[in-house]
Parts: sequence; C-alpha cells; structure tokens
Amino acid sequence: MDKFNEAGIRPVAISTDTSQESRDLIQKAGYSFPFLSDHNTEAIRRYDLVHKGAGISGGDIARPAEFLIDSTGTVRWVNLTENYWIRARPEQVLEVAKLLK
Amino acid sequence: MNRRFNWPLLVGFVLTIAAFLTYFFVFVWFPVTRDFPWANLLIFVVALVFLFTGVRRGFASDRPHPTRAKVVTSIVATLSLVIIGLFVFITLVGGRWLPASKGAPQVGQRAPDFNLPDANGKPVSLNELLTSPINGAAPKGVLLVFYRGYW
Repeated sequence: MDKFNEAGIRPVAISTDTSQESRDLIQKAGYSFPFLSDHNTEAIRRYDLVHKGAGISGGDIARPAEFLIDSTGTVRWVNLTENYWIRARPEQVLEVAKLLK
Repeated sequence: MNRRFNWPLLVGFVLTIAAFLTYFFVFVWFPVTRDFPWANLLIFVVALVFLFTGVRRGFASDRPHPTRAKVVTSIVATLSLVIIGLFVFITLVGGRWLPASKGAPQVGQRAPDFNLPDANGKPVSLNELLTSPINGAAPKGVLLVFYRGYW
C-alpha cells in the first residue's frame, strides 16, 4: 500500500458491506485506505458491476473490478476480470500509474 | 509387503483433500498460484497416481477381505474424483459466472461520481478522493477496487 501512496495513487475499496463490516475488516487486516459502503448498490449500478443475487443471502453485490482514475476524473485503466479467481496485480496498476501526471 | 493396509489409497485420498484445501488457504494468497491453480493441479496428479495404485491394490485378488476392500476402495476413489471435479469446477468454471458489465466506464471516459459512507459512516465523494492530499501532495489518481464483500 505504501507503494501506491508513493506513486500518488489512493486505493479505495467499494463493496455492499456496511460501514460496520468494513470497520471490522480494516481492524482485522490493518488496511490504511478508505473503504466505502455501497449498501444500496448505487455506485455499483452506475459502474454496471451488479452481480445479481450473488451475495451470501441472495442479495446483489459487486463483481470484482478495478478502475484507475486520474486527477481530472477520467478513467485511465480498467480491469474487469473474467474469472473470479484471477485479479489485477499491484504491479500492473503501478505501471499504468507512472503515466499519470 | 503388508497386504492388509492399502496405504497408496489413503495417501492418494489425503493428497486430494490437501490439494483442494491448500488452494483456498494457501495458494490463493499468491497471484502466481492463484490465477491458474497449477500447484494444486500438480498435487492432484500425484494424488491420482497414488489413487490408481491404491485401486489396483484394493481390487487385487489376494486381499484378506476382498468384498470389503472393493467397497472401501470404490468409495474412497469415487470421493476423491468428486473432490477433484469440484475443484476444477469451482476454479475454472464457477469463477467465470460473472456479469459482462458492458456498461462499465471505459478508458478515456469520465468516471461516474458517487457519494458513499466510509467505514466511519462519513460520506465521501469521488471528487474528494481525487483532491484530498496524500502525504501532503495532490493525488495523481484514485484506484477504485470493487469487491464482493467480506461475507
């Protein structure tokens, strides 16, 4: 995470978890970046990432996805994995981050 | 050689369970072994060799209890194959059940704004995330990581 901060990149995690659940997760895992709670899938819908009924109790959740957004608010890199088990690696993101001013 | 105890069958079965569990508890933490579960598939192959040997032993005619040996061998072997199948299914097939997300923002497009509560319940907008400084300097960018949740 320090590497992201050094590169001037702020990681932000978004899920349907409540603030309380995020707080527990942060405490347990020691994360130092913001966790946002999108309980009503507002942002998740706006980014077209709703995975219908995939939550533990059949609720809608976000599918895994990563977006790098530059300081003007423009999307510079997107990763929409096709397999749940395959995720973006930090090095990939840091490589793209070098191009940002 | 001890003909009573079919150890290759047991080793094969234990290896099968180990290969299944280690992916979720160990190898999932390393991108190299997570993206494609080759480490686990390798253990499965070794397990299959032991299972195959075990099945041949179990069905050999010189067992002290031929019927019991055949039944036990069949159950253990079938169970192992089910576990291997389940693993391949979960990682290579089940993992692909994701929405296509055709409407997701693309490179060059403006990122849709949002305003969501953080872990302390304080509302945070994308604009704030893009402007509030990191270590005293304006951020170059924000990496949005959407995840399924801590369930």
